[in-house]
Amino acid sequence: MKRNIPLILAFLAGLLMIASEFIPHRPFSNMVETLEDWFMIIAGFSIVLGLASLLQMNYQKISTKAENWGYHLSCVIAFALIVIMGALWGMEDQPGLLGQGEKIVSWLGKKPFDYTYDNALVPLSATMFSLLAFFIASAAYRAFIIRTFESNLLMISAVIVILGRTGFGTMLTSWIPESYRIWQLPVLADFIMEYPNTAAQRAILISASLGIIGSSLRIILGIERSYLGGDK
Amino acid sequence: MSQNTSSVIERRIVYFLLFLAVLLPLLFPIGWGSDVSPVVKMSYDLIDQTPAGGIGLISFDYEASTITEIQPMAVAQIEHAWSKGQKVIATALWPQGPQMAAQSFEEAKRNPLFKDKEYGVDYVNLGYKVGGMVTVQALGSSFKDVYPKDSSGRDWDTLPMLKDLKNLKGLSWICSLSAGEPGLKDWIMIAHDVHKVPVTGGTTAVSAPGFLPYVNKNGQLTGLLGGLKAASEYEALIGKKGPATTKMDAQSVAHILILVLIAAGNIKVWIRKRDKVNNTEVTNA
Repeated sequence: MKRNIPLILAFLAGLLMIASEFIPHRPFSNMVETLEDWFMIIAGFSIVLGLASLLQMNYQKISTKAENWGYHLSCVIAFALIVIMGALWGMEDQPGLLGQGEKIVSWLGKKPFDYTYDNALVPLSATMFSLLAFFIASAAYRAFIIRTFESNLLMISAVIVILGRTGFGTMLTSWIPESYRIWQLPVLADFIMEYPNTAAQRAILISASLGIIGSSLRIILGIERSYLGGDK
Repeated sequence: MSQNTSSVIERRIVYFLLFLAVLLPLLFPIGWGSDVSPVVKMSYDLIDQTPAGGIGLISFDYEASTITEIQPMAVAQIEHAWSKGQKVIATALWPQGPQMAAQSFEEAKRNPLFKDKEYGVDYVNLGYKVGGMVTVQALGSSFKDVYPKDSSGRDWDTLPMLKDLKNLKGLSWICSLSAGEPGLKDWIMIAHDVHKVPVTGGTTAVSAPGFLPYVNKNGQLTGLLGGLKAASEYEALIGKKGPATTKMDAQSVAHILILVLIAAGNIKVWIRKRDKVNNTEVTNA
């Protein structure tokens, strides 16, 4: 029973959503709108669940003094600080428990939450993402080696696309006359992106969509039950 | 010197070269121009051909990590829309989206031409809503039900530019600036495919190839801005020398360095192979 009720609910909700696509009129349209509202409310709770899980997981690591527990401690401290700042003075135009915090704004130039966001989170996040460039450069040197015919093809198209995406590439082939424009690097790069790349991407998209339809049907029909959790 | 030590030194040299390749063009700009690609022009034309008074929606579906690539697109599009007398709504499917939107509006207003743009009249920031595609679906029925208040807590009815807006069909165009899921795909599938509102988008350069199939004859996606280069092309189209244009030199030099590194890596492997063959021949002899 404990498993059958969720399975029946999933089956009915799935059928209802499919039916509404083919019969976009009452009562289906109204029922779908209600389901959408429910989804947004449940999804809102998932944020609370996520925060609780974050704290629980970090607390465990800190309390057992697991490896690198200091990082987990700094995560909890940062979390607490940003929550406290947001709660006390609010963010942007929204007031907090202490109002708009005019005094602290005149000192910092912004509310503490916004100040921390702009001057800590934004640069830190951008730095983390930028570090990828160093790994890519290092990997390009060590791993992008021509060994087979396919890797040759990959290398040629990579060189064309990389150069075509730079101002240097534009400058390099700008002397080619308009009648032979296709050989200009940016045009050639666009061609590769527009035709061979799009063809491959379409194949991937269609395959993925078929896979999604298949797994959705498995869930609706109760064949796929892993989303229910548990071992049985 | 062991192979490990040599590999660590090589890696450090690569990192240092890349650091210089990015830093030097930022300090001493080269000024390489670039052609505008057709997909960027399509996106530009969508906003350019929308009549004054039309309302466009920019969905800020990214966070601080991709700010360098995507934020210049947002600022350029806001400035473009304002220069055409259009109004702009900001929404977000990502939690940090409202901050990205606030920063973009703030930056666009630094342009003396737009310093008088008024909140609620020329632009609004409706904020973040959880739910991804379902949220977009719900916007197809009613904006006000999904966003009874804006990101600062102002009531929908107190914002004059939203007075006549009921649902997605009231928008002239939609642009999702997206760094992943949920994002551009959800807007295409619901806003364009169901409600027939023109959708354009901006993504990081690595995500752009995955969205190109949507730029098709059915007009699922009206143009696409992929990465910093597209942002710089958009800036060129609106006659602005903005952050993307400035950073493009650094990106170009870094790309060239990567090509040089690929070539160097291949030469190194080729020399090793040749030496190995020579050694084997000597041993056999």
